[in-house]
Amino acid sequence: MAKKESQKDPQEIETTGHEWDGIEELNTPMPRWWLWMFYGCILWAIIYAILMPSIPFLNSYFKGTLGYSDRAAVLEDVEAMHADRAVYASKLSGANLEDIQADPELFRYAMAAGKSAFGDNCATCHGSGAQGFKGYPNLNDDIWIWGGTFEDIRETLTVGIRAAHDDSRFGLMQAYGTDELLTKDQISDAAHFVLSLSGRDDDAIASLRGSEIFRDNCASCHGDTGIGDKMQGAPNLTDEDWLYGDTLEDVYQSIYGGRQGVMPNWNERLSPETITALAVYVHALGGGQASAPAEPGTPNDP
Amino acid sequence: MAELDISHKKAAPGVEQSRAVATSPSTPQSLYAKHEKLYPKLAKGTFRNIKWAAVIILLGIYYITPWIRWDRGPDQPAQAVLVDFENARFYFFFIEIWPQEVYYITGLLILAALGLFLVTSLFGRVWCGQACPQTIWTDLFISVERFFEGDRNARIKLDKAPMSAKKLFKKTGKHVTWLIIAALTGGAWILYFHDAPTIARDFFTGHAPATSYIFAAIMTFTTYTLAGHMREQVCTYMCPWPRIQAAMIDEKALNVTYRYDRGEPRGPHKKGATWEGRGDCIDCRQCVAVCPVGIDIRDGLQLECIGCALCIDACDEIMTKIDRPKGLIAYDTDENVQRRIRGEKTSYNLIRPRTVIYALLFAAVGGIMLYSLLTRSVLDMNVLRDRQPNYVQLSDGSIRNGYTVKVLNKATKAGEFTLVVDTLEDPVITIAGQSGADNLLRVPADETMDFRIYVAAKDVSALDQKTDYRFILTNVATGAAAEARAIFISGGPK
Repeated sequence: MAKKESQKDPQEIETTGHEWDGIEELNTPMPRWWLWMFYGCILWAIIYAILMPSIPFLNSYFKGTLGYSDRAAVLEDVEAMHADRAVYASKLSGANLEDIQADPELFRYAMAAGKSAFGDNCATCHGSGAQGFKGYPNLNDDIWIWGGTFEDIRETLTVGIRAAHDDSRFGLMQAYGTDELLTKDQISDAAHFVLSLSGRDDDAIASLRGSEIFRDNCASCHGDTGIGDKMQGAPNLTDEDWLYGDTLEDVYQSIYGGRQGVMPNWNERLSPETITALAVYVHALGGGQASAPAEPGTPNDP
Repeated sequence: MAELDISHKKAAPGVEQSRAVATSPSTPQSLYAKHEKLYPKLAKGTFRNIKWAAVIILLGIYYITPWIRWDRGPDQPAQAVLVDFENARFYFFFIEIWPQEVYYITGLLILAALGLFLVTSLFGRVWCGQACPQTIWTDLFISVERFFEGDRNARIKLDKAPMSAKKLFKKTGKHVTWLIIAALTGGAWILYFHDAPTIARDFFTGHAPATSYIFAAIMTFTTYTLAGHMREQVCTYMCPWPRIQAAMIDEKALNVTYRYDRGEPRGPHKKGATWEGRGDCIDCRQCVAVCPVGIDIRDGLQLECIGCALCIDACDEIMTKIDRPKGLIAYDTDENVQRRIRGEKTSYNLIRPRTVIYALLFAAVGGIMLYSLLTRSVLDMNVLRDRQPNYVQLSDGSIRNGYTVKVLNKATKAGEFTLVVDTLEDPVITIAGQSGADNLLRVPADETMDFRIYVAAKDVSALDQKTDYRFILTNVATGAAAEARAIFISGGPK
């Protein structure tokens, strides 16, 4: 490399004339085609600005001669997506669980749609993971007041519980204290007995007194042994699950004031497909029960 | 630069002096330099032959590779090398890479960089001169030009001549051939991204995706422009590698070198005249005439030089003619030139700390990649525990946790998998959407599937509030297994 400069006429190497500590700056010219590329880019920008939406005005903008719009493109995509989904939606409405499970793709669609609908509509009361709160049932477990088959869940979603729908599920837990049907002592005894059904009570005498009150007032719905009745929405009192709490105070309060939890009827707000998807999702949360074979009276068309 | 009036001069008896002038660097007057068209002369010799071989082999690889078939089983692509953007897979013979394994590509790039460093510190820019696509296609395009318009002098004459039917025919022939080669290049490019026979048929019947036509057009345009018209301008002005090479090459690196210790002082030589007191360079400028980047190698190693070594061939031919030893221009090191000037013995040492380090790094990275490729599992599983609720108490008092299990079946066959857990006693595992009796996870070939898995334990009194345990997934058919750590929560806040 050393030879290069010595061989040259010193005037051949053009510098800018600037020098710092003996270092000179070369004034190497740019290739002219580079300049043409620059002009080309300017030309491209002008053409692009004419063809595509480009110049903002105060209340509008220049729309470009091609008439392209990102907004319209997105709407087209959304339309296309709706069309894609319509295929699944038409399969979903009125389908039963076996049909849906038999088609893994449809099942996955139902799960995804159900999850999203759950987050929008159900999570407010039941929690984002359907874990429930006091008074709002946990939908993950296998304890169902109104039944845990796919058809039961879809029916509950459609008509609601103590809701505005004409066929709404309706069960009456009376306010035995407020309405003065029982005395406070009687209610306390009944509460002792109810807790004893799941081995929670230690006052055997009170619960013995309560057993008679239970037989006279409660057994008609909750059954003689307290296992409840899903047809009437009467909870099983012998299990581990307590929607309103498992302390003596909680149970006393339930008998004294009654419990009238409301689940809205969703048939007016959600499409049958969405309700089916929600039923699939909730049924698959882990507690869904197998359908009884050919159960009469179960509505198939929500 | 002053035009040299050498029209009737002879460098030596039997050797025409070439009119060639190094165009780069030139003496600028303007801010912008006009592109000086180059007319590289055809060289003959060892390095030209190596270049022919490189052109044939590398173009062959480029055009043939997409057509090589590789059986991966039914419903799997049968192409040996395929970049499948639609399904997000990269196939290279027995290797299949998923998007999350893109670090293999990173590794490949690191290997390529280290390889380039190593080769450059050993032999200068052989990549640029012999293997770079820009060089290969430019060489091919110059050959076409030579076929239609003749060698250097004929081309210069043709360009100066007024337009005629003959000139029009030659120019048209050249450009049409260039465009055909460019279109074939662009056409071959898209074969790497789709099943080659299918996309080739679709391409001509108009059924190929728009991107295929767009990319074929882009590659056709760039090939035609870069190899036909831009040529050395790409290397000099667009490519970053000439700048990087300065850090790779030291005084011990072999490079295409004009041995000025032997060549100077230069000048034309009359037959029979003494060689005493003068150098071997007869200033015939053949080295400049053959140069594809338009430099004078006698000015020393320069930014523009791509190390194609064609000037070595040109000079050797002349040295043979004038009966002087070959190798006035040769692969040599700066250090050796200095040594000869000082009268010391020359030496070539390829093994230097720099080359050893590059080689070791190359071997290490290559080894790591090979090891991870060979031990790459075709089954993988991720387990994500539900956090809301943390656990669920069932009516019989047992505790259940919910998990989302993602199974990655990278095998080329659909798989049925059993899922078991350790540590827990008598766990009940259920799969959402499947009946209790059906406990197999089914994942199609080369796909990922999410499953909702519930694990319930009856007696949790012996368990801590939080139990570490493992999910074990086993392919029923092959026995391939994957494990994932998980936590079972049996109490505390829901």
